[in-house]
Formats: sequence, C-alpha cells, structure tokens
Amino acid sequence: MSDSGQDRPTPAHPHWFDDEAGPVVRPYAMTRGRTSHPGQHRLDLIALVVAETAADDPVWDMTLSPEHAHILGLCRGRPQSVAELAVELDLAIGVVRVLIGDLVDEELVHVTRPVPPAELPDESILREVIDGLRAL
Amino acid sequence: MAFGRSSRTGAMHAVSPVEPLTLKILVAGGFGVGKTTLVSAVSEIRPLRTEELLSEPGIGIDDTGGVEGKNTTTVAMDFGRITLREDLVLYLFGTPGQDRFWFLWDELSQGSLGAVVLADTRRLADCFAAIDYFERRQLPFVVAVNCFDGADHHPVVTVREALDLDPEVPVLLCDARDRESVKDVLVGVVEHAMSLARARRQSLTAGT
Repeated sequence: MSDSGQDRPTPAHPHWFDDEAGPVVRPYAMTRGRTSHPGQHRLDLIALVVAETAADDPVWDMTLSPEHAHILGLCRGRPQSVAELAVELDLAIGVVRVLIGDLVDEELVHVTRPVPPAELPDESILREVIDGLRAL
Repeated sequence: MAFGRSSRTGAMHAVSPVEPLTLKILVAGGFGVGKTTLVSAVSEIRPLRTEELLSEPGIGIDDTGGVEGKNTTTVAMDFGRITLREDLVLYLFGTPGQDRFWFLWDELSQGSLGAVVLADTRRLADCFAAIDYFERRQLPFVVAVNCFDGADHHPVVTVREALDLDPEVPVLLCDARDRESVKDVLVGVVEHAMSLARARRQSLTAGT
C-alpha cells in the first residue's frame, strides 16, 4: 500500500486549491450540485419573490437549510427581487435561482413576473418614474 | 392610479405587503469610465455576483488570458436600488465592461426600460461596443459624457459626430459623481424611451 498522497498523478490543473478551484464549485454545494431548477423558468433578475402566508410558520426556520431560511426571512419582511436576494445572501445569481425554485416548489413563495420584455410599461408609469427620479 | 396591477396583487395575497412594480435601467460603458460612481451617486450600491461564465458560452472564450487572472469565472456587476415609491422600484445594473460578457447583457437588457452609455471623451472608442449593442437591440439609450476634471470638454455636436449617432439619440454632459446630474441622465433615459415608444405607436397606427 503506497501512500495515496504520493502517487497522485501530476494533474493537468496543477492548482486546485482555494481560489484556483474556482468559485464555480463551492456555491453549488448549497444546491446539491443543481445549476438549474426543473420546471422553473429562468427567473428574471428583477422578478419579485413574495412570501406566502404558509411561510409565516416558524417551523420552516428549523427545517429548511440556512440559505433557504434566509431567503424566506428576507421575503417575509417585504418582497425582494432575485438580484437583491443574491446580493443579500452574497451568493451568485445562479445559486439563488435554484434555491428560490425550491421555495416555489414548497409553495412558500411565489414569483411575480416583471414587465414582459419588448413591452414598455404604460406611459403613465414612465411619467411616475420621471417624477419619482426628480423628487429624489 | 391606472397601474392595472390590482388584479395581480389581488385578495389572495392580502397578507403580503405591497408588491412593487420593478423596472431596470442599464449603465454601460468602457472600463473605468465611472459606471460605479454613477450608480452610487443615486443609490446604495452593492456588488452582484454571477458565476455562469463557465457553464455557459464563456467556455472557450475564457482562455484568452483574463482581464484579471484570478476569478475569471466570477463576474461582478454594480447593482443599485432606487425606491421611487413604495410601489415603484427602479434597479440600476452596471453592465460588465468586457466584450466577452455579452451573454450577460442579453439577460440584463431584456425587459429593461433603457440604458445609459457612459462615455469618456479621451477614450470614446471604449463605448462603441455598447452603442452597437443597444442599436441592434433597439433598446432606448442616451449617451452621457462624463466630464472628468482635466479632460477637454468637447461640444455635444463633436461627440455625436464622433460616435456616428442617430439624430434622435440624446447626448448629455454629466458629472457621474453628482447626484443631480445623474438624476438628469436617468430622467433623460426614461424620456427618450417614452418618446421612442410614442413614435413607434404612431408609425403603427399610420401603417394600418
């Protein structure tokens, strides 16, 4: 029995430690390796995640993974966009999309669709935006 | 308020707080032109991470000897939130500057109100790619010339000519550090989007 550490072949990638291993690997451990969510449209960055009333049950905080519980906790306060959740959890968007998909499956949150692409919102809304910006 | 959203926020979710309408504006331009400064002048700014490069079209392109040798698989974007009203939220996304992140732009530009192309007159060519992109996508955009200290101030006409812009594209002078100035730029984007939409509607009705 030789020491298994010794006969490790020279890897094609000599450095697979820390940053060199790439940030791709570790974040997706949280999603158990899933990079997309079945049956889930790619969630828009500004789609809003809204907590359902079922989410208020404190039991979820104990049964869900910390990341799922974190998302749910944030959404209970007020609806959060997908991008905001990614920023808040300090996770990559792809990871957060999968986690949100899980919560949708559990019927703990629903996701609103933003204004459909290629369709500008109403002129009255655009005026509201202009007024809002001026008033900042 | 004729938002037509009461059906969406209907009684089923009466417990939930208001579901605001969310909109986005993109901020594009070359590296170091002041995109981060511009976003932070009007909103709290946070970095938004995406790592999709390796799993998506980044493969093969990514070998070109990265811009930053480390973490070539992570792209960070500037991300700002402006709460205009309780029920109306505008998000700003600073698009990653390098060309190899085009696939991210596709997602970002989808459903966006419009874009700011931030330009530095000392390096105008840096924003050609962004202008081309938005022209092809027919996404409303304004060119905002960031008036850096020490940079020569060129008249708008000269910039417009140098960029070969369509006559309807607004060119604004701005100071990306100045909140009022940035507000004007954003208002400019929305106004431009509005007038383009109006023109499009008119041409549609004229056509029938």
